[in-house]
Order: sequence, then C-alpha cells, then structure tokens
Amino acid sequence: MSTTAKGSKPLLSIKGLKAMAGDLEILKGIDLQVKAGEVHAIMGPNGSGKSTLANVLAGRPDYTVTGGQVLFEGQDILKLEPEIRARMGVFLAFQYPLELPGVRAWQFLKAGVDAKRVHNGEEEMSAREFDQMLKAKVAEVQIDPDLVKRAVNEGFSGGEKKRNEVLQMAVLEPKLALLDETDSGLDIDALRIVSDGVNMLRSSENAIILVTHYQRILNYISPNFVHVLYDGRIVQSGGPELAHELEEKGYDWIKDVVDAAV
Amino acid sequence: MTTPKVISRNATSSELDSEYKWGFTMDIESDLSPKGLSEDIVRLISAKKKEPEWLLEWRLKAYRHWLKLKQQAPTWANVEHPPIDYQDIYYYAAPKSDAPKSLDEVDPEILAAFDKLGIPLQERERLAGVAVDAVVDSASVATTYKETLEKHGIIFCPISEAVQSHPDLVQKYLGSVVPFGDNFYATLNSAVFSDGSFVYIPKGVRCPIELMTYFRINQADSGQFERTLIIAEESSYVSYLEGCTAPARKTHQLHAAVVELVALNDSEIKYSTLQNWFPGDKDGNGGVYNFVTKRGLARKNAKISWTQVETGSAITWKYPSVILDGDNSVGEFYSVALVNNHQQADTGTKMIHKGKNTHSTIVAKGISAGEGNATYRGLVKILPSAAGAKNFTQCDSLLVGDKCGAHTVPYIEVKNPTAQLEHEASTSKVSDDQLFYCQQRGMSVEDAHFMIINGFCRGIFQELPFEFAMEASQLLKVSLEGAVG
Repeated sequence: MSTTAKGSKPLLSIKGLKAMAGDLEILKGIDLQVKAGEVHAIMGPNGSGKSTLANVLAGRPDYTVTGGQVLFEGQDILKLEPEIRARMGVFLAFQYPLELPGVRAWQFLKAGVDAKRVHNGEEEMSAREFDQMLKAKVAEVQIDPDLVKRAVNEGFSGGEKKRNEVLQMAVLEPKLALLDETDSGLDIDALRIVSDGVNMLRSSENAIILVTHYQRILNYISPNFVHVLYDGRIVQSGGPELAHELEEKGYDWIKDVVDAAV
Repeated sequence: MTTPKVISRNATSSELDSEYKWGFTMDIESDLSPKGLSEDIVRLISAKKKEPEWLLEWRLKAYRHWLKLKQQAPTWANVEHPPIDYQDIYYYAAPKSDAPKSLDEVDPEILAAFDKLGIPLQERERLAGVAVDAVVDSASVATTYKETLEKHGIIFCPISEAVQSHPDLVQKYLGSVVPFGDNFYATLNSAVFSDGSFVYIPKGVRCPIELMTYFRINQADSGQFERTLIIAEESSYVSYLEGCTAPARKTHQLHAAVVELVALNDSEIKYSTLQNWFPGDKDGNGGVYNFVTKRGLARKNAKISWTQVETGSAITWKYPSVILDGDNSVGEFYSVALVNNHQQADTGTKMIHKGKNTHSTIVAKGISAGEGNATYRGLVKILPSAAGAKNFTQCDSLLVGDKCGAHTVPYIEVKNPTAQLEHEASTSKVSDDQLFYCQQRGMSVEDAHFMIINGFCRGIFQELPFEFAMEASQLLKVSLEGAVG
C-alpha cells in the first residue's frame, strides 16, 4: 500500500500506543508508520481519540501514556519533555491556540527558533537574520504583517489564530507537523489560506499528520493516507478515497463495520 | 539625545544560579554611632553633617513628635512582622574616610563593590550619559557628571551637601510635600535622615541626561534613612532613576526613606525605581523592611510620573503619590510588584485631585509566587474643587503556584460630580495550557514562565528608560528563581 520507496526508514513509528486522560482510557493501542514526504489524515467521530493522539505525540501533560512506543527518527520520545520533542522537530498546531497577553508574537517565535538552534548546537539567530526570515515567512503564508507585532493570539479572530499557527509552523520548519483540527471554525476563505500555507510547507523532508473531523479540508490538502480512528483504535486505513467514502456514508458506517466485526 | 545606558549588569545564566547575587558585603571601615535612638543621636547626626541650626531644630521637632507616635506604628497594611526594636538599630553609619573629592579618592573596596553591581561610576560611563550619585549606607560616596550638569545650572548632589551649598532651597522645600509629622516612618526619617539625593532643575531647563542614585545598605543592623528632594522649576524636565540593593544578612534591616518631588508650573518629573533590597532567604529569614514615603506635588500643568519595579525586600510598604494641586496637572503611577518565597508587599498609590481637569492614571501589576503575598492599596480622591477630574485605574494580579496571595484594596472618594473614574481589575494564573503552548514551541517551563510574566509586565516596562527596562526584566527573572520550573 505504501507509495514511498521501500526500505526508507519511517520518520515516526507508533506501536501499541495506549493513553489515558484521568481514569479514562482513550487510546487503546495505536499502530502507525509515517515516512518523510507523507501526509496522513486521521479522521473519526467526536471522542474517538484523534486529538488525544496528536497531543500525546507532542507530550501534553494532561495525558498519561500507559503502554506502547513512539519512535521519532528511531528515538523513543515518550519520556522526553514536550520542549525537547519540539526542538527535535515535532510541531503541534493547536486546535485552540492560547493567548499570551503582552508577549509579542515575534518574540515568542524567536524564542522557539533559538531554542531549537541551541538544541542543535547552533548559535542563536541574530535579530537581523530573524527579522528577514520572519518577513519572508509572513509573505509566504499570506498573514497580516501586523499580527507578529501584536501579543500572541490576543484579540485574534479564530481564523487569525489558525493562520498564526501556520506561520509558526513555517518559521519553526518541523519535521513532523501535527495539525489538530486546524480546519475547525474556519470559513471557506480562511480554510483555503490555511491549506495553501500547509501545502507550501509540505516537502519530501517532512511529514504531516492532519487530524480532522471533516473531509472538507482534504479537498485542499490531499493526503497520501487516510486512517479512521474509532474508540481509540485505527479501524480502517486507505488512500484518499476512504475520506470520500466516509463523507458519503458518515461515521455510522464505520460503527456498523466495527460492530459487525466484533 | 542618545539613549543613556544606565546599568551594565550582566546577568548570565550561570549567575542566575546564585540565590541573591548582590548579596556580598564590603569590608570597609564604618563610622558608627552607638545603637539606639535618642535626642543625643539626632544631635550627633546633625553635628556630623555640620548642619545649620534650623535643620537641627526641624529634626528635633520630628524626633519629639515621633516619641508621641512610638506606640502607633501603622498596622493597617496587609503585612506581618514582629515588633521592631528601634533601640537596636544603628542610626548613623558612614564609610569612615572623609568625603572623597574625586573617584580616585573613593575607597577601592567601594569601587570594587560597585563594579560587582555593575554601576556606571567610571569615566566610560560619561559616553553613556548617566550621572550617578551613589549612597552607601548613609553618605554619598561619589557623584559624577557634576560639571556637565553645572553648565545647565542643574544641581545634583547629596542632600547633605545641598544643605551646605544651597540652604535656602533645602529650607524652602524640605518637608513641603511630606511634612515631618506625616506618618510614623516619615517622622522617624525626618529625625534621623542621613543622606540622599538633591536635584534642582532651573526654570525652562530640560535635563539632558538621566539622573540616577544607587542606594546600598552595607552595615549590619543599620537602618537606612535616606531623604531625596527633587525640585523642577517652571517648564523644566527631569528623568530620575533609583536603584537599591543590600547584602544578604540574617537579621532584618530597616529602610525608611522619604522622597519629595516638587513639580512647579508646566514642569515634568519622571521618577523610576528598581527596588531590589535583599528579600530574605527561602524560609523568610532576614531581608529588608522597606517602609517608604514618596509623594509629589504637581502645580499647574505639571506632570509627575512614578514608575516602580519592586522585586526585593522582605516587606514593602510604599505608596508613591501625587497631589494634583494645579489645574490640568497629571499624575501617573506604573508599578510592578513581585513577591516570591515569604515576601510581603503592600503597595500602591494615592492620587489626590485638587485642581480642575486634573488627570491621573494608575496601572499596577502584582505577581505573586512561592508563599508571597502582594496587596495593591490605592486611593483616588477627588476634592470638591477638582471639576472635570479624571482617573483611570487598572490593577492586575498574576498568580504563580497555589500558595501565594494577591489582594486589591482600592479606595475611591469622589466629592465632585463632574469627575470621571474608571477602574479595571483582573486576577489570572499562569495556566498549564499556556505553559504547554510555549513548551511545544521549544521553551523550557522556566523560560515559558518568564516570557508570560514579562508579557504581563510589558505595559510597565515600556515606561522605563530602555536599559532600565532590560535590567527590570533580568531582576524579575532572578527574583523568580525557585518559584517555577
């Protein structure tokens, strides 16, 4: 089924991943292989665990991992602090980006860029170099240049917040981008701009895991693979056609398939 | 005017590991009076300074008034401390050598200490444009830039020197804004004040450089009672900065200062403070009791602006105030008060509107970490004469951790129906989600806290001269050590 060259090592390898939120088991054994250059869409009904999966990979402290393994470039990252994973190249575009009153967006970004560079044994970026790079990225993802002078997400509209996430992704150049329902709450124009940004950042060097409830965004960002998550497990995997099938038949169809299998 | 460089202290990450990096002591000989307070001590202080008779009389009046107040130290503030034994304090401690004529004559130990502090005393700082009056314990040790200032007719010197060289000015204005009987600590200060800064800006002069005084308590068990008097004549302008440190001592030290600002018609005084007195150790032992009275009088069209960043002291009790006396006068108060470990701060301002169309702005940011307790206490008073007065007040509290406290106590008295007052207040916590958001972009938990807290203070730091703002930001970082991460 894989469309990429056989033998190339996976960027991300998830085996039997289980995780809980409080007393509730949400991920019940996830297996997934992602190679550089691939876009994987994770779809599923509400409560299936798809956002949890993205957040557990990023190391959100609200969840407890109870089993399994996650290798990122061959290294087990489950014990690493979220900031270490981030510096290694794991990026989470938040479903609900946080407001940081008084913290200028460019300062926030520069702190992220510098943390990553220092982690890689490089010098912090000079103010001038950063300024030029940021200007270029702002133009690339078509974001209002004033947004980076304002406080992070403070008073931003829903669409602006999501675009700001894409800008952060562009600036931080992750190897693995986890987009957590980036399409939620966007009107069609904003969806197009956000999708254009993501497509521009897509390359043979990085991979994207796109978590979404709706097939809509897949009209703009075409995935190599689509996985259907249901009750904490991946119950179906396929190509882009699977998303269309879901769109036509609805999630009840998946429920029926799973229930029939039991 | 080039942007003056104020302090060149470099807080590197390795320095940040130290608990209180300004906590070294200087090994210099001190000229100490006996412990305790009496009429004889007041006379001794006055005699040491060769003061004129009127000043001695003023001190004695204050001392006698203080005796009457002795059992009435204010108890309304939201702070707790054991009773202070005023007979167990040195009231006069000056470095022993006589006043130096130039930097070459300054005790090398003192210079080395200032080096550690990063105070710009040396010639190189001439380029940077700061005149520094450094007060160790009670006496002024060095004043730079005198000549530059003299060209403009600006007087910037120790107040003890001003008493000798400009007695008329001192006599006219000393106690004119904070009278000797004003409050318990101000009265004590009036009786025993030892030194401090004196600034006089002549009519129409815009002071070309930032003036700065650096205060430091060195002697153990000594009190510091400095007195600062700033007079801005009509249509003049001055920006004045003060920095404060004290060595780490096991016992508490008392600091009871008085600052008086006189802003005559159409003048402007901008007064910035970085207060970093020793806050005590992690368990609340030692630290400075910072009981300070600061007040400015603004005449017609005058403006007084207080900006303070309070990170030090075991206890801070301080309400820099403005009497908006003249029509159209403006008062501002911008404050960041941070408490960590067992620190307590009860601080705020008083804006007393007398003149017509007077405007005041209060922006107070309190940060509580560890087991610290921060209280904003403020008074906005609109007198019947203050038609068209306006006030805007914003009090924000930020909590770090779950053992700290934040309190807001605003008093509002309005006696004129045309006044307009606005009050906004908020209390927030650094949320786990905000921290995770920062971490997900590569920042450590500690850096994330620091960034969020800096953002919270941004509006205040913007009011500070640039280099001072950098310094303030570093101070916050050092002061938050151990509270986060």
